[in-house]
Amino acid sequence: MLSFIIRRLAISVVVLAGISVLLFVLLQLMPGDPAEMMVDPFSFSGDRAAAVQQRREELGLDQSLFVQYVRWIGEFVQGNLGFSYSTQRPVTEIMLERFGPTARLMGTGLVIALLVGIPVGILAAMRRNTAVDYGATVLSLIAISIPSFFVALIGIYVFGLKLGWLPTAGINSAGGGGLADSLRHLVLPAGILGFALAGPYVRYARAAMLEVLGQDYLTTARSKGLARRRVIGRHALHNALIPLVTVVAVQIPTLFAGAVIIEQIFAWPGMGRMALDAVRARDYPILLGFVMAVAVLVLLCNLIADIAYAIIDPRIRLSGARA
Amino acid sequence: MTALDTVTPPAGPGSLSPGQLAVRRFRRHKVAVAGLVLLVLFGLAAVVLPFFLDDPNAVDPTAIRQGPGDGHLLGTDSAGRDVLARLAAGGRVSLLVGLSVAALTTTIGLVLGAVAGYFRGWVDAVLSRITDVVLSFPTLIIVIVVVAFVGPSVTALILGIGLFHWPVAFRIVRGLTLSLREQDSVQAVSGLGAGPGRVLRKHVVPAVVAPLTVVATLEVAQAILLEAALSFIGLGVPPPTASWGNMLNEAQSLTILESMPWLWLPPGIAIALTVLAVNFVGDGLRDAADPRAAR
Repeated sequence: MLSFIIRRLAISVVVLAGISVLLFVLLQLMPGDPAEMMVDPFSFSGDRAAAVQQRREELGLDQSLFVQYVRWIGEFVQGNLGFSYSTQRPVTEIMLERFGPTARLMGTGLVIALLVGIPVGILAAMRRNTAVDYGATVLSLIAISIPSFFVALIGIYVFGLKLGWLPTAGINSAGGGGLADSLRHLVLPAGILGFALAGPYVRYARAAMLEVLGQDYLTTARSKGLARRRVIGRHALHNALIPLVTVVAVQIPTLFAGAVIIEQIFAWPGMGRMALDAVRARDYPILLGFVMAVAVLVLLCNLIADIAYAIIDPRIRLSGARA
Repeated sequence: MTALDTVTPPAGPGSLSPGQLAVRRFRRHKVAVAGLVLLVLFGLAAVVLPFFLDDPNAVDPTAIRQGPGDGHLLGTDSAGRDVLARLAAGGRVSLLVGLSVAALTTTIGLVLGAVAGYFRGWVDAVLSRITDVVLSFPTLIIVIVVVAFVGPSVTALILGIGLFHWPVAFRIVRGLTLSLREQDSVQAVSGLGAGPGRVLRKHVVPAVVAPLTVVATLEVAQAILLEAALSFIGLGVPPPTASWGNMLNEAQSLTILESMPWLWLPPGIAIALTVLAVNFVGDGLRDAADPRAAR
């Protein structure tokens, strides 16, 4: 077990290094020269070229790319991701502010998707080739195929504008409004994020359950005289749910991408909206900070899922990493 | 099977080629056939309709935000442009992005996957880690960064999605190549002196065509969805070029959303139907390609 975890950790470190190289390349491609920007061409009097050169040396931009990379990584490890161009505040500080709303949105969306997707998928597998199964399959394909922003527009149109039941923007009413108000603001964005994600979960859960239902040990359990309900509940369900641990992790990037769009539509003050505002303001440090945070979080989730999977299912660590 | 015997030669299934059997299985998948028909219709409309409709970029200040009716079957947008003409033009963009991305991702996946699976060892290790790196970035977000640097354009969109969406194809080809090269037939051919080029061309490529077709279909769907989402937030196809996504962009205004459904319902429905049809076809192809697949 320990050797599996160590091997898995080592791979993650390599991938993390790859991610950092990719981000560093992006950083180099970033338009504009930071040293140039720090010397205001209007208010600065005297030898501007020399001042820019001095700034460049202070920032270490005259060093080789390799040295710059090592220094950048050093700062990164200490949590320093640079400063916003527009507000001059530390990127880490801004992102921490924005993390809460995004976590609330994504967490609720994920829970909704799991609570809807997995039972429906399992039910479809148990009622295989019946109307229930076909209905679930078609519905899940629809959830996968309709863009979430279109569902969001319809949701706003129906529940916000026509029925007037739910607020369509923001995380709570101006001046706050307590828990009930926050929950009302959460219903549409999280529900739509959850709906989009439930589609894949139905398909995975159905496939996993079908796979288990075809196994010989279930036939054995049935032929020993165990009731179908008990066979499904005790044997099949347990084994079908194991691979879903990984499926949740695999969908994390989709969740982030979905959050970017949903936050934009619902004026949700999270990290996705921060990133899109940064694109419009050409605030590249913020944008790169966001991409880095997403990549690291995705990597971390995959690592946790793999280790959790290995703990639950001993076959994995004996045969090595999954394909 | 009986109903289909009228269109296939009156021979038993035993004498049919694997390709014919796959076609037969696909045709039995009714939803997939319906999806294919819809796609062909949409494709034809996108290619042919623009020749008969107004210029999708022709601004008419005298006919702004007109409801569906005389002269404009689906009304006009905020610049007085014909919605139907823009819908057809947007279809062309979706088609272009979808097919280009699918071609790009499956080609990259095929080449890298075959190389990784055939040579194994450090080549495989390096390529697999690169795949892990790419998979750590949600494609939508990485394309946002690309667009932030180089500006929005259809080319940026295709390259951005294409260069970051190949891991699915890669993993499938790599897995198949790994198991293929262990098969006795391939071992024998290698033993007789066939080099990697010949083994990959004659044995690996034919074996991965079927699963890659399924992947390509799903890539088309994914690319169309990504294009729409990016254009919707203003970072995809730049105006004035019409795309289904940027047509929906206007609906972020509550007035338009509430009182001008002809501006946002048609492009939204077009995206949904197209992607749904592509996904149905993908499902049908999957079942056709792999007869053992559960259904």
